[in-house]
Amino acid sequence: MKHTLSVLVENKPGVLARVAELFARRGFNIESLAVGTTEKPDISRMTIVVDVEEHSLEQVRKQLHKLINVIEITDLDPETSVAREMVMAKIKVDAGNRSEVIEIADIFRGNIIDVSSESIIVEVTGNAPKLRAFEDLLKPYGIRELVRTGKVALPRGK
Amino acid sequence: MRLTGARALVKSLEDEGVEVIFGIPGGVMLPVFDALYESRMRKVLTRHEQGAAHAADGYARVTGRVGVCMSTSGPGATNLVTGIANAYMDSVPMVAISGQVATNLIGTDAFQEADTTGITLPIAKHNYLVKDPADIPDVVQEAFYIAHTGRPGPVVIDLPVDVSRAELEYRRREHPVLRGYKPTVKGHKKQIRMAARAILESRSPVIYAGGGVITAGAEGELKKLAAGNKIFVAHTLMGKGAFPESHRLSLGMLGMHGTRCANYAICETDLIVAVGARFDDRITGKLSEFAPKARVIHIDIDPAEISKNVRAHIPIVGDCRQVLKELNAAIRELKDEVQSPDRREWDSLVMDWKEKYPLTYEKGPGLKPQYVVEKIHEITGGNAIICTEVGQNQMWAAQFYPMEKPRRFVSSGGLGTMGFGFPASIGAQLGRPGDLVFDIAGDGSFQMTMQELATAVLEGAPVKVAILNNGYLGMVRQWQQLFYNRTYSCSCLEREQESPDFVALAEAFGAKGIRVTDPDLVEAAIVEAIETDCPVLIDFRVEPEENVYPMVAPGAPLYDMIGDMLYPVEKIHPEKAEEPFL
Repeated sequence: MKHTLSVLVENKPGVLARVAELFARRGFNIESLAVGTTEKPDISRMTIVVDVEEHSLEQVRKQLHKLINVIEITDLDPETSVAREMVMAKIKVDAGNRSEVIEIADIFRGNIIDVSSESIIVEVTGNAPKLRAFEDLLKPYGIRELVRTGKVALPRGK
Repeated sequence: MRLTGARALVKSLEDEGVEVIFGIPGGVMLPVFDALYESRMRKVLTRHEQGAAHAADGYARVTGRVGVCMSTSGPGATNLVTGIANAYMDSVPMVAISGQVATNLIGTDAFQEADTTGITLPIAKHNYLVKDPADIPDVVQEAFYIAHTGRPGPVVIDLPVDVSRAELEYRRREHPVLRGYKPTVKGHKKQIRMAARAILESRSPVIYAGGGVITAGAEGELKKLAAGNKIFVAHTLMGKGAFPESHRLSLGMLGMHGTRCANYAICETDLIVAVGARFDDRITGKLSEFAPKARVIHIDIDPAEISKNVRAHIPIVGDCRQVLKELNAAIRELKDEVQSPDRREWDSLVMDWKEKYPLTYEKGPGLKPQYVVEKIHEITGGNAIICTEVGQNQMWAAQFYPMEKPRRFVSSGGLGTMGFGFPASIGAQLGRPGDLVFDIAGDGSFQMTMQELATAVLEGAPVKVAILNNGYLGMVRQWQQLFYNRTYSCSCLEREQESPDFVALAEAFGAKGIRVTDPDLVEAAIVEAIETDCPVLIDFRVEPEENVYPMVAPGAPLYDMIGDMLYPVEKIHPEKAEEPFL
């Protein structure tokens, strides 16, 4: 089962390496990992998506807690949290189908952020199913390159 | 106060109360060793950095203080690695300080550069690469605090040479500031009450005591719990000394080379009280058949150990001593309320196993390694500090040198580091100068760190090395005999000729060497060694193909012990424990 862990860490050199090494060593697979600073400059937030059973999740949390630089770990419940991910996709287009692709991007509230004679780059933000649907629709046109940020999430309210 | 980084480091170490540092200097550590020269802290120059780390480890284990070792960058630091990993696996408080190339050279593959923090990331409790000289006092303070609190472990400080040369304004905080580090010391009240009730309601409880009991200084409370409630105690290798082995309720060690009574008791018990132990594979044997009837109370300071290998029905996170103290109080309170079942049947069953299956060996002909250990025990009155190497020698030491007190058995448990015992014995001797220190060694293990004979001689550490010399990597040979059709591939340490001549070797280093081939001369040799003021090496030429028994084959369940005796089929309450009540 997939779990989204929101991990507050001290913003110090090597913290990402510690976290990544821990997952590798204990044999847990990271589905996605996004790191950035928070409202406090000395604290960073890592949003980590892991696909593990309940028992292993408990181990992941406990092992993460043992890292000296880890301050707090929250297992975000999809019901009570909001999550977003961004994808940028470079789509093969020509004069004939460019407008079709732009239309699809519009439906997904995407932005066209680069245009050339042979391709355009579309940027879309949303949850995982939305991004998957977007990708599926664009596949027939030819996706040249694609990049995702990985999930970021916050608990709702309060 | 303006100080150089090196002087600030030395001052910080002094402020932490460090008395001994084990290490070897080198290029980038020259500023530090220069600053150390004037310090009143004792500097012990070992002959290999691995020896420095193990000596610091041995010192820490017998004293309970933080062991300190030092090395230069690159190869010096990588040589420390085995010792750091060893301390990590056995939860030993240690601060390892390595030099590093200048900050502007880091990442350029400079001379003697190694990524020490990267290398030690998975084998240390924490590590630091100090880039700002002003951080030195805080880093040292934090390192010591992290090393000895919570579940202890090694902390590495990597110090670039320009940082030790630069100046800083020295100031020391009252307390270290660590936002993400707050070990849970006090156990959960409700859980403790639940555990108390489970203990009172149990028909056949067993305590499984690990090294955490010793780390926490919980032996007194453990004894109260066991004796006060008539609970048998099995201990791990690391837990040796946590409970007096001469006590009626002691079952000795459990696990792969444990006693039959300890292992059988675990197979039949309805309640395991695990204290400061981590259900290692050498303890559990085949995990799916481990303690099939038992509920598990698991007391440990490290929450990550709870339910890692064996599910705990009543987990209690906290310091073993505090938790046991509260547990004992909770039992007293509940005693009148809870009707305890009759434990006489369990008691007689276990006592019967204990009598029927003592640890034993075939006496003679030839010199038996077990006999040597028994003799050392007898002559030292069980009062020596015993360090061991790893393998057969270690298991025989554990089996035939019963311990009455904690912090006197020093052995590499988790990592199983051959070569650990001898340098550890030097550290132990310097930490406990008034005590008699033995290293029970194998010829294979001893050859891994024997250059530390020079350290022992020159530092005046009169340790006694008893080599149980069988000419083999004995435990490897035993496994090859039992599981690889007696193909002794690369496990024989001798050819037509014996090498080395251990007696001559000891003499060459300025130690005393004694060779014993005759069982009748064992006693005299041990007495002579004890009466000699300098380090003594005794080369006991023991039976080459003696095996350690009993034994649970790797991956086998605990009841399936190799030896001539079968698992007794007595079942006192064959019904499986009801579903956990949590």
